[in-house]
Amino acid sequence: MSRGRLAASGLIPFAFVVVMVLYLFGPGSDLIDLGVTLPEITIEQVDFVDSEIHVTVRNTGPIPVDVVIADVNDRIQPAAIEPDKHLERFETALVRIPFEWNEAEPYVIGLTVDDGTRFEKEIAAAAPALEPDIELFGFFALIGTYVGIIPVMIGLLWLPFIKNISRSKYVFFLSLTVGLLLFLGIDATEEAVRVSNEDLSGSFNGILLISTVTILSFIGLYYTGNKLTASLDSSISKPLAVGLMISIGIGLHNLGEGLAIGAAVGLGQIALSTFLIIGFALHNTTEGIAIAAPLAKGKTSIPKFAALGFIAGAPAIFGAWIGGFLYSPISAIIFLSIGVGAIFQVIVMILQWIRQEDKTLSSISVAAGIATGMIIMYITSIIV
Amino acid sequence: MFKSRSKRMLLSVMAVGMLGSMFVAFAGISDAQKEEKVFVTHSGAIVKTTGEVLDPLYTESTVDFDPMEYLRDFDYGRVSELPDGTILREFTIIAEDDKTMEVAPGVFYNVWTFNGTVPGPTIRATQGDMVRIHFINNGDKEHTMHFHGIHESQFDGVFEPVGPGGRFIYEWRAEPVGVHPYHCHIMPLEEHIVHGLYGVYIVDPKEKRAPADEMVMVLNGLDTDFDTENNFYAANTIPFYYQHHPIRIATGDLIRIYVVNMLEFDPINNFHLHGNLYHYYPTGTDTVPSFFTDMITLSQTERGIMEFSYDYPGRYLFHAHKVEFSEKGWAGLFLVEGDALAETVSGTNYGG
Repeated sequence: MSRGRLAASGLIPFAFVVVMVLYLFGPGSDLIDLGVTLPEITIEQVDFVDSEIHVTVRNTGPIPVDVVIADVNDRIQPAAIEPDKHLERFETALVRIPFEWNEAEPYVIGLTVDDGTRFEKEIAAAAPALEPDIELFGFFALIGTYVGIIPVMIGLLWLPFIKNISRSKYVFFLSLTVGLLLFLGIDATEEAVRVSNEDLSGSFNGILLISTVTILSFIGLYYTGNKLTASLDSSISKPLAVGLMISIGIGLHNLGEGLAIGAAVGLGQIALSTFLIIGFALHNTTEGIAIAAPLAKGKTSIPKFAALGFIAGAPAIFGAWIGGFLYSPISAIIFLSIGVGAIFQVIVMILQWIRQEDKTLSSISVAAGIATGMIIMYITSIIV
Repeated sequence: MFKSRSKRMLLSVMAVGMLGSMFVAFAGISDAQKEEKVFVTHSGAIVKTTGEVLDPLYTESTVDFDPMEYLRDFDYGRVSELPDGTILREFTIIAEDDKTMEVAPGVFYNVWTFNGTVPGPTIRATQGDMVRIHFINNGDKEHTMHFHGIHESQFDGVFEPVGPGGRFIYEWRAEPVGVHPYHCHIMPLEEHIVHGLYGVYIVDPKEKRAPADEMVMVLNGLDTDFDTENNFYAANTIPFYYQHHPIRIATGDLIRIYVVNMLEFDPINNFHLHGNLYHYYPTGTDTVPSFFTDMITLSQTERGIMEFSYDYPGRYLFHAHKVEFSEKGWAGLFLVEGDALAETVSGTNYGG
């Protein structure tokens, strides 16, 4: 077959698809003109600023809409909408409602579209929106350090202990890491699903978004991870490469934790954010063990060791910044899902390694390790 | 070669995917530079915006239904005299149910109408006149006209539904003196009323009331999202209309308002007048006022006549003192002007 024929044979079915779609959905077609299309908008974010309430709204329905009336607690208020009131599908706008709100009081924000349908969002307690100044920037960096870097470093201190134990006990600790990571992966998935259910419009297919991003993240990291361990064998040791992959995976996971903390502070949920900080800090010491376990096999210098801890912990700081200043449900879900993919990639990597070490995955050490890891995580997640 | 290409492809697919989702997530942040507009909040603050103003401020150029015109518009019918000397007033009322009206700025609602408006025309007769209504149903659903007042059973508009394209003649002697509502009486009744099939029917006493600047105010609501709660409240349908277009009256003039509460869903409505009190005649059936007050409370189809005059010029609010209703549109202003205007208002036709 010539190149032209090859190209044509590839394009002809595609051309038929285009013709079919035009026939079914194109102008003048009434074949699928069934039922009534209803407008839908989603209030994604509400910020309380000086004498104004700022509402971010997105058209999440199947048709363009005009947002025409704003209300606070079901009382109509003159307001402004920027850049304009007409929203195409998925377009967003900012509605500014001048309103002397009171701190800590609940508010229901309503927006009415051109066909008279009103959509609302309830805010449990009004809190002043965070202003991204140096002080807050530093505050989030400090929290990120406490939650991410310090606990991971503490966990890494188990390295000398792990180094000097028997092979079966070592496999146990590697399996323990698998258990810890399994738990974290499920935990992050649950968090992504929660954000999707609470704050994301159904039109984004939240669950499928999570699955897609998770799998893309998994295959992307699996591919690059294997490349890394294969090609860099000469320059860095395999334990270090595995440790690096674990650090990256845990780092992405900690980014998600930082997001959760930043978003909670940003939404004024002080009690929740305090709880999250303590919880994540305790939780994350176990992540240090996960990084330490593979490193126990090779020789690792202190600076490299610290660098891995930093890679795993520091993203919590970035997460807190993003969560506090730039939070949007869709970006939170994407970050969390990338983290899930990264974690499962690390799990596969460690299991492969255990198999190399021990020739089997059905040993008592593996079973006990995974079970212990899950149980430790579950207990630390409920007692704080 | 192949390997590196596939790697590049994979990476670029991932990059495009990630960038795309970021773009969607942060699309709202980008902001084009535009001309600034200014608007005034309910508490008087002035706010600037680069976007558009969402305000129930209604300009007359875009209004389908003009509350200012409706306010003082009375339909006395086609007048003729019967052999026995009785005055016959004939009205033609056409019902429709397919019209979409802009009821508040940018809000489009399917109104069901008598003669094309919500409320329908204000039908006015003098006690003892024969009233004959030629009713035509141009809608897609059954409709009737049910008048409050005294008449024979067959003209009650309940048991004689008029189908699409159908006609019916209602006839009676105008009784009793007062202000009464009329509305469609087809089931589900609430639906036919809230969509707008109602209006006001006034029976004047044979001995005319004192000359006055007369107005009709129908207190109503709009449930634009069909959740059996009103989204908007108003005097004469359009929310906030008289607040942005004050009703001009003159000091010393007698003002007479025929007020009818046609609100559904909410059990009560009320009418509070600022800077003044009014004499109130419940249902308008008596010539002696029952109250001198600045606040009346009305249940469904409760109505009456209010009379007052202002001594001092200025702007005076009138609104529901159920403040929820006033903040959703049922509020207006009287602009009371001094002697200069008095003559022009006195020159208007006082209730035929």
